[in-house]
Amino acid sequence: MQSIERAAAVLRLLAGGTGRLSLAQISRSLDLAKGTVHGILQTLRKVGFVEQDRASGHYQLGAAMLRLGTGYLDVNELRSRSINWADPLAARSGEAVRIGTVLDGQVLVVHHVFRPDDTFQTLDVGSLLPIHATALGKALLAYGASVPNRLDRFTSRTLVNHRDLAGALRDVREAGWSADIEEHTPGEASIAAPIRAYGGLVVGAIGISGHVERICDSRYRPRPPLVANVRDAARAVSRDLGAARR
Amino acid sequence: MTERYVVAIDQGTTSTRCIVFDRRGQLVSLAQQEHKQYYPRPGWVEHDAAEIWRNVERLGPEALRRAGATIDQVAAVGIANQRETTVLWDRVTGNPIGHAVVWQDTRTDTMVGALDDAPGADGVRHRSALPLATYFSGPRVRWMLDHHPGLRERAERGEVLFGTMETWLIWKLTGGLHVTDVTNASRTLLLDVHTLDWSPESLEFFGIPRAMLPEVRPSIGVFGTATAAFPGVRIGAALGDQQAALFGQTCFAPGEAKCTYGTGSFLLLNTGAELVRSTHGLLSTVAYQIKGEPAAYALEGSIAITGSLVQWFRDQLELIASAPEIETLARTVTDNGGCYIVPAFSGLYAPYWRSEARGVIVGLTSYITKGHLARAVLEASAWQTREVVDAMNADSGLALSTLRVDGGMTADNLLMQFIADVLDVPVVRPLAAETVSLGAAYGAGLAVGYWPDLEGLRRNWHRAAQWLPKMETQKRETEYGNWQRAVSRTFDWIQA
Repeated sequence: MQSIERAAAVLRLLAGGTGRLSLAQISRSLDLAKGTVHGILQTLRKVGFVEQDRASGHYQLGAAMLRLGTGYLDVNELRSRSINWADPLAARSGEAVRIGTVLDGQVLVVHHVFRPDDTFQTLDVGSLLPIHATALGKALLAYGASVPNRLDRFTSRTLVNHRDLAGALRDVREAGWSADIEEHTPGEASIAAPIRAYGGLVVGAIGISGHVERICDSRYRPRPPLVANVRDAARAVSRDLGAARR
Repeated sequence: MTERYVVAIDQGTTSTRCIVFDRRGQLVSLAQQEHKQYYPRPGWVEHDAAEIWRNVERLGPEALRRAGATIDQVAAVGIANQRETTVLWDRVTGNPIGHAVVWQDTRTDTMVGALDDAPGADGVRHRSALPLATYFSGPRVRWMLDHHPGLRERAERGEVLFGTMETWLIWKLTGGLHVTDVTNASRTLLLDVHTLDWSPESLEFFGIPRAMLPEVRPSIGVFGTATAAFPGVRIGAALGDQQAALFGQTCFAPGEAKCTYGTGSFLLLNTGAELVRSTHGLLSTVAYQIKGEPAAYALEGSIAITGSLVQWFRDQLELIASAPEIETLARTVTDNGGCYIVPAFSGLYAPYWRSEARGVIVGLTSYITKGHLARAVLEASAWQTREVVDAMNADSGLALSTLRVDGGMTADNLLMQFIADVLDVPVVRPLAAETVSLGAAYGAGLAVGYWPDLEGLRRNWHRAAQWLPKMETQKRETEYGNWQRAVSRTFDWIQA
């Protein structure tokens, strides 16, 4: 695709230059129309790969470009941007909400909303969950996170076989959401869906968890209204993070 | 039956938001637009009221579109607004006269200094229950009348109208209704807080013609029906943003308090039907008034700079790329390294009210990293809260047992934990961080019968997060002592 090729050229030019370049300098250097280069720069700016100096209007490589290998969405930023949508999810589902991202092969809880029944609960932001045995983890694994070599067993229902897990992740991709039914804690179930940023990139997952008889129906399947609540919340956060509507 | 909603307009200092709420008090959709800040001179801050109205006109339909709702599904609209910001406009054309002068603006400094010693100042202070300060809108009106040739004569003839932001928006929404709510009116220095009407003596003191003032109405009760932005929808409530947050937190009973962490932070304690006059640097203010009922009052501790210190760290020092990253940076170290930042950027508000103070960073050594500075930034918000809580406990004679918090900074877990630590009480966030908007929605919904009563609203309140104090007493006392010494270093910096 020509536009990607041109974007790559703009980035190389900015990386190789001795500081900030103006729009005119970039378009001259690449022999491209100013309008074309401007469009490319605006898109690159939106995703953080390019920054524009406020005073001069000149362009340079963005901080996101320098951190390309290290995960680009700050976890505190993810919490801040999703807090408005996690609260309604807790209110509508009546269950506790957690948002997670991948950290060293596990799920890092970056946000936690109490189950709205005013009972005593403890914040577990910063704690780690097993990635293969939770709905949050499976939503992250289904869209690109790497599967750990060792799959520890927590209950009789934990998926400890790589082939079973791969099958389950295929189902997650097909359905667009994930669940864990007593796979991590007996009597507990959870539902999660991926949070996407620009370009559809999955940056986290949001989900609810609670007693299995509240989360699941009489056929031991997650209740469809709860699944819809989770998916709506994931879509709302994704939209705020710049993902296209899907 | 189709679902019905209530819409809140939150007209804030940096942006305007329209939020659609459902019957549970949960956010259904949100549309937001920042507006331009004008800084024509040091200490001057202005907004373009026409731009703000255009934003409301656009955001209203946008929020409904995002909710998938139509205008006939809206039961009522409520307004919460930045307080004390002063708008003047032409009654005939509806165009603003000059820019709105924003609450942070200190241009009236010299004038207020002179008025403070003038005969009659005690009467103004007594009737308004406020100190004479640049913070309030009355002196701004006087300043504008003094500095626009011919304006005073036109104001006397009723051709020029004054309003705070809710007055301006209601005027535009209804096509010409000139009213204010009692909470906003209580921030002008012109209101008599007992009669809840403009004080003729205070108006005379400031030289402000009665003809330019709006009619004072209860905060909760139908103001009128919108003809623009939300055509056909009743405007059910208008409250100053901090009073709206108190209402949104369902602090309906005396002794209940909340703190909203935004650009600045504001701790309000409901004192019920009784107006409590502070002897510790707090403000007395109207909390809300439901139509047909007596007003509820509040004690307020106002902190000028909290979230804006993080913004300064991001925009002026460029040490972080986004505000939430302050927590990431602060977590790179385990303590403040002995460094304290006192953000007295435009003097100190409660409980000191020192306009000549300016900010300091103390305890700098070559050991200090940007991580320590980030800690000191967050800790400054917590210590300022502690000072206000101490003043409130002294004034009310009661010890605060839990702090209800809201606002954008409640997403910062490190800050919330530190506040619990320095106050030594649990800090609780409700299941609705947007309590300013929620309060406006609650008021509007109550006015039109969408929600039946205050008890019904209370049932919507749930705990979403809680931080329990963990700091040892000895450490808390040492750190507080350090903070207070740092504060004393800010005094008397600006010399008259």
